[in-house]
Amino acid sequence: MKIGQHRRAATTLAGLLLAAALPARADYGMNLVRGVTETSHTAFDLHMISLWVCVAIGVVVFGAMFYALFAFRKSRGAVAANFHENTTVEVVWTIIPIIILISMAVPATLSLIDLEDTSDAELTVKVTGYQWRWQYEYIDQGVSFFSNLASSSRDATKGDPHSVEHYLLDVDNRVVLPVNTRVRFVFTSNDVIHSWWVPALGWKQDTVPGFINDAWTSIPEPGVYRGQCAELCGKDHGFMPIVVEAKTREDYDAWLVAKKAETEAAASGADRDWTLDELVERGKGVYGTYCVACHQANGQGIPPAFPSLVGSKITTGAIEGHVDIVMNGKAGTGMQAFAAQLNDVDLAAVITYERNAFGNTMGDLVQPSAIKAAR
Amino acid sequence: MATVAHEVDHHHGPAKGISRWLFTTNHKDIGSMYLWLALIMFLTGGSLAMLIRAELFQPGLQLVEPEVFNRLTTMHGLIMVFGAVMPAWTGFANWMIPMMVGGPDMALPRMNNWSFWLLPFAFTLLMSTWFMEGGAPAFGWTFYAPLSTTFAPDTTDVFIFAIHLMGFSSIMGAINVIATVLNMRAPGMTLMKMPLFCWTWLVTAFLLIAAMPVLAGAVTMMLTDRNFGTSFFDAAGGGDPVLFQHVFWFFGHPEVYIMILPAFGVVSEIIPTFARKQIFGYASMVYAISAIAFLSFIVWAHHMFTTGMPVAGEIYFMYATMLIAVPTGVKVFNWVATLWRGSISFETPMLFALAFVFLFTIGGFSGLMLAIGPADMQYHDTYFVVAHFHYVLVPGAVFALMAGAYYWIPKWTGHMYDERLGKLHFWLSAISVNVLFFPMHFVGLQGMPRRIPDYALQFADFNRIASIGGFAFGLSQLLFVYIMIKTVRGGAKATDRVWEGSHGLEWTLPSPAPYHSFTQAPEIR
Repeated sequence: MKIGQHRRAATTLAGLLLAAALPARADYGMNLVRGVTETSHTAFDLHMISLWVCVAIGVVVFGAMFYALFAFRKSRGAVAANFHENTTVEVVWTIIPIIILISMAVPATLSLIDLEDTSDAELTVKVTGYQWRWQYEYIDQGVSFFSNLASSSRDATKGDPHSVEHYLLDVDNRVVLPVNTRVRFVFTSNDVIHSWWVPALGWKQDTVPGFINDAWTSIPEPGVYRGQCAELCGKDHGFMPIVVEAKTREDYDAWLVAKKAETEAAASGADRDWTLDELVERGKGVYGTYCVACHQANGQGIPPAFPSLVGSKITTGAIEGHVDIVMNGKAGTGMQAFAAQLNDVDLAAVITYERNAFGNTMGDLVQPSAIKAAR
Repeated sequence: MATVAHEVDHHHGPAKGISRWLFTTNHKDIGSMYLWLALIMFLTGGSLAMLIRAELFQPGLQLVEPEVFNRLTTMHGLIMVFGAVMPAWTGFANWMIPMMVGGPDMALPRMNNWSFWLLPFAFTLLMSTWFMEGGAPAFGWTFYAPLSTTFAPDTTDVFIFAIHLMGFSSIMGAINVIATVLNMRAPGMTLMKMPLFCWTWLVTAFLLIAAMPVLAGAVTMMLTDRNFGTSFFDAAGGGDPVLFQHVFWFFGHPEVYIMILPAFGVVSEIIPTFARKQIFGYASMVYAISAIAFLSFIVWAHHMFTTGMPVAGEIYFMYATMLIAVPTGVKVFNWVATLWRGSISFETPMLFALAFVFLFTIGGFSGLMLAIGPADMQYHDTYFVVAHFHYVLVPGAVFALMAGAYYWIPKWTGHMYDERLGKLHFWLSAISVNVLFFPMHFVGLQGMPRRIPDYALQFADFNRIASIGGFAFGLSQLLFVYIMIKTVRGGAKATDRVWEGSHGLEWTLPSPAPYHSFTQAPEIR
């Protein structure tokens, strides 16, 4: 009798929780993302097949179990039978699952083979994982850029995330791909293992330092597809999103031209002399994108892993040492070599900024031409 | 089934004071210490989980910095796996195996003492990293290189030493179980008459002996990579970071069966007791346990579908992994067939055992889905995986531990637990555990990666629900602690058989069980 009461209470509670959870369903999906590519549709179909197989098995097994729990209760006067061991039954319940498994394995195998066939690509994009940003290189087009978490999201982590559109899923530079084009990605990493994942494309692929992995996609319709790093890669693993924008062939070509011009413009000025104010102004922006994750907006870092820049030996010492550590990094620490990531102007700007910000008042500067010479 | 002639020998009672615990070679004392340690670690790891769920309660960073969040998830995993579930099962093995096979004690009592006493030191070391420069490990309980080698703080070497100590302890515990099961059985108890809990532990012990040295190898390679200039996991020196994952998961996959096989054993003891009907297919259960153990060694790279394995490798590991569903299915079908036409009653151990069958099977279903290679390319490293392994570990392994605790505590203490409170604990746990973990399936499928301290807004609602479930589940376990302490301190006198449908040698001993279990071997008919 007591048990009956408990059970009723439990049922009521479960019902209430379900009712509380239902409004959420209206806004947000609960099922696997179906995606846009054929690959993602295949993954979705396999997911649904295995889900329904599990549901069917669950209905049979749990149905039998709950019927037994209801019908063969001692409190209803059930008397235990004494049967056990039945070879026929045991063979049957071994064979049936094997048949079900084979029927699931066949389509899964075909789809795996297709997924791993990266031949005949029309465009190759190299993706390199960094702590904590992505680099995209269009191998044959000569375009290369970094993609960072959008500053709007970074600023909102301790403010109001709801004020930001695409919170944590927005970047400063999108990776743009032409539609209906077989694109091959090659993946590697500059530091630890990351994983490049856009659910709408239907797969993720690890980026392993010192090794090359590859994968392919072909996006049938223009659109913006968002994803995230999926392999724990240190402190800001949750803050390195991916945004893929698929464009028509013409729009993609136009983007390519514009991107090239933009890269060149950004690097221009390396030969002229810059004033302190100009460098500090530009350095502030570079710092906010490349340095702030570790050394923090106030320059005080998170010691001991990420040292403070305020009055430190580097930022208030000889400028050559400062240039060296920013360009070449420091082995065995999180400090990366930024020589390959930033152009001469940006490096000069961020170094100058660090020496003249957060209360540091060195008043000195380094010219882009000096960085060029130091390469 | 068995007639027993026992004389309780009172000359060799426990020593007095602290030396009883420090120098004890008694299987019950050591078993109790394992169980208390596991309970303390369960509450410690649970507190870390509460902090994780609090940070994830809403979008944005409120309580902890991302680096601290990574420490929380890492230490939560390490403590729960190595500090809570594994020592708890060793505690059950110590208490129950000598009583179930009709022996006086474990076969190697001094080693037994050592294998326990390594653990408090191992966990003190591990926990002390919180207070060291560099902080606690922050690279996940799977500690993938090079995040855990080149890019990790100096405290990682302390972590490596702690893992080594835990490994020593587990291997010695396993040797002891094997020696006990093979040598200490009462005359007439053939292997195929042995209780299923002993069978599952015998197989588990072999898994431990095969898997723990591999873990020791992995952390030793990390140690030399970090300090002595080797490059096992560093491409710059000719190594391969993915090698680490192969070595780790060659340990890691058997490890998950190390945690779940004894759970199968406990459930296979409890269901026949409360269904008042013997297990449907004893032999097929034994074969299924052995088949699962074998398969556990040949499926490891299903954790690595996205690392860039050749497609032939992916296909092989997909097939091998799917095969696990067959012996696991045999076990579930057996439990259901045991219930069929039984005479079922619902005491607390039975409720936990039934919830185990139901919820572990849900974890098994998501496991089958994860085995499908192309779908795993989506599921991998998302909350779907988090939901999956928490279903098999919490309403799986942990519920089985609780079922076992309620089932045998009358034998351990001589007191009945409070049945009303036990049922309350069950219902609170069973409901909250689903509120906690079921929504994780949804956010995972929708694209939320694991191990992130903050998330996009579309994941907010289900995370909030999961957090509420988490707090409820965590608080419910304080009730468990209260019930256990209350039962140790007093309660209604338990009979020798305790349960109407109980069977097996442990129920032929008085309650509480005498300090030395069977001083004269019982006869098995």
